[in-house]
Amino acid sequence: MKQNGAPLPSPLGALLVRDLKIGRRIGGAASMGVLFFLCLVAITPFAVGPDLALLARIGPAILWIAALLATLLGLDRLFQADAEDGSLDLFLMSDTPLELIVLVKCLAHWLLTGLPLVIASPFFGLMLGLDARALEGVAASLLVGTPALTLIGAIGAALTVSLRRGGLLLAILILPLAIPILIFGVAAASGAMAFLTPFLVLCGLTLAALALTPFAAALALRNGAE
Amino acid sequence: MQIEASALSVERGGRIIFADLGFRLEAGEALRVNGPNGAGKSTLLKAIAGLLPLAAGKIEIAPASEVRRAELCHYVGHADALKPNLTAFENLAFLAALLVTSAARPGVAAVEAALERLGLSAVADLPAAYLSAGQKRRAGLARLVAVDRPIWLLDEPLTALDAPAQAVILEIMAAHITAGGVIVVATHTDLPIGTADLALGRAAHR
Amino acid sequence: MRTMPNYANPADFLRLVRVAVPGTTAITAILFGIGLYLALLDSPPDYQQGETVRIMYLHVPSAWMAMFIYVVMSSAAFGTLVWRHPLADAVQKSAAPLGTSFTFLCLVTGSLWGKPEWGTWWVWDARLTSVFVLFLIYLGIVALWQVIEDPGKAARLVAIFTLVGAVNIPIIKFSVDWWNTLHQSASVFRMGGPTIAMSMLLPLIFMTFSFTFLFVTLHLLAIRNEILRRRVRRLSMLAASAGEAEVPVIFAEPAE
Repeated sequence: MKQNGAPLPSPLGALLVRDLKIGRRIGGAASMGVLFFLCLVAITPFAVGPDLALLARIGPAILWIAALLATLLGLDRLFQADAEDGSLDLFLMSDTPLELIVLVKCLAHWLLTGLPLVIASPFFGLMLGLDARALEGVAASLLVGTPALTLIGAIGAALTVSLRRGGLLLAILILPLAIPILIFGVAAASGAMAFLTPFLVLCGLTLAALALTPFAAALALRNGAE
Repeated sequence: MQIEASALSVERGGRIIFADLGFRLEAGEALRVNGPNGAGKSTLLKAIAGLLPLAAGKIEIAPASEVRRAELCHYVGHADALKPNLTAFENLAFLAALLVTSAARPGVAAVEAALERLGLSAVADLPAAYLSAGQKRRAGLARLVAVDRPIWLLDEPLTALDAPAQAVILEIMAAHITAGGVIVVATHTDLPIGTADLALGRAAHR
Repeated sequence: MRTMPNYANPADFLRLVRVAVPGTTAITAILFGIGLYLALLDSPPDYQQGETVRIMYLHVPSAWMAMFIYVVMSSAAFGTLVWRHPLADAVQKSAAPLGTSFTFLCLVTGSLWGKPEWGTWWVWDARLTSVFVLFLIYLGIVALWQVIEDPGKAARLVAIFTLVGAVNIPIIKFSVDWWNTLHQSASVFRMGGPTIAMSMLLPLIFMTFSFTFLFVTLHLLAIRNEILRRRVRRLSMLAASAGEAEVPVIFAEPAE
């Protein structure tokens, strides 16, 4: 089980493994996100009617909104648990830059919640009557877009880290900022026009979020934790 | 190793917690901070650890090094930084991996040794959630042993511990001082190890 | 020892407010007098929109203020983060509700204009939608101010969010424009441009200046209130601790 004499992993590797283990053992993160996603998809036909043609038309939008909400609503504990139990203090006292710690935590969170959504989306797409082309589009755009949602959401999670009921406020702060991702994600998924243009813009947005988030979130954590 | 704080003042939420506070510790010295609740004992430790900004004053460490002050310090606050669904070993192994600054990473053996020193070998593979309050406290303190840092900032380290466990912690603290380390400990109780005293509270800042 | 006033000092700033506000109030009143006369009485009705066009004289300046105040907040946010200056905090905090109000005014006037022109209260037109998203961001900023207890911490966290928003707003604008052309909304909502008649441009300019000066006046007063509010807060804390011991000298306020 444990090999004596083995060196400890690098700080970031250890953090990734730790967060994945916590997520898996709570069983919360991964399965809850997908379950919530499924519930949102399931209630839509009750709201708009069982007309498959209509559902197929708005299907990509439904899947994207569901993914957006499933991602954001799970994010409020991203840094809060660490702030409450004192781990955040220790992050600040290690020589690993907080920016990288933020990135690794986002990666772990995405692997636990974003990736399962991407994998589940084609199956849920079938229930909404999407054709093969749209299924591919939804999966591909979610694969590229959900990391951006996690990253932007992480800024909100860092800003609300010291608030008891930060979840709703996080969504209020972050949803307006997520509009561009939603626009290009749904455009790439729905096939209303050529796939490539919105898809590439979506990739660009994700890269921009990747560049901006670590600094903004780390700054917020440093200021919010004191 | 020498740490000198002069004219410290810390402000939280617009309230000045303490002002114009100073102390000086040489290698092998310990400082006991006491004072009534709300006098700023925990705040002082966090400020030394670099977790709170100083409103005024400075903290100097000699010999000067390029390493940030925070990376020279161990801070053990009220929270134990334990994840309830990781085992005691996994918790400590993560913290050790995170906190080690030198290129020479301690092995898994160092983590096991630290757990053994605090009498936690038997529960090392149990999730932290199952540990008693005293065991959790010891697991939180185990990083003092697992990772070598010269300055220890301990906030009420003996709470929730029974007499034998307190003796172990005091032994560990004494060993750290003998080895040339520095300890600042916030506590109400008298410690049998030789400490200088710093009384916080309103009468303290002149 | 100071030879010239340092307006970053709250006490000096309060003095500035006392001197400046009567002046800016007078300028605001005069500009509004001229602007409203030009906008409501002097300028001709539009040959297509008729009298409805007069809503524009409120709508366009509000839209300008919505953006201008965001720029003011972003600059102050920068000051908060870089210099940790309490006055920058107060500038940020007091601008947020004003920005929210002007943005709301812009949306309401847009909606009122839309009813006769488009036959509906709301159209997901690119510009109106962008302003709407800006309004949501403003609401988020105001909400964030309200929930964080410690004023210094609140200022820094809001500053980070404001700057993140500032980076995002152009992206949102671009996205919404792109989305709008994608869905080919029929609405055409064009104001300005070189074709605008002089008789309409002049009231527009006056109204824009009126709004700007109105904001400056209200903002100065709101900053003053914020400085005083902080002072009250500090004195209350002092009173709370005075029960226990003598008051440290540090709390003493400079005499005005």
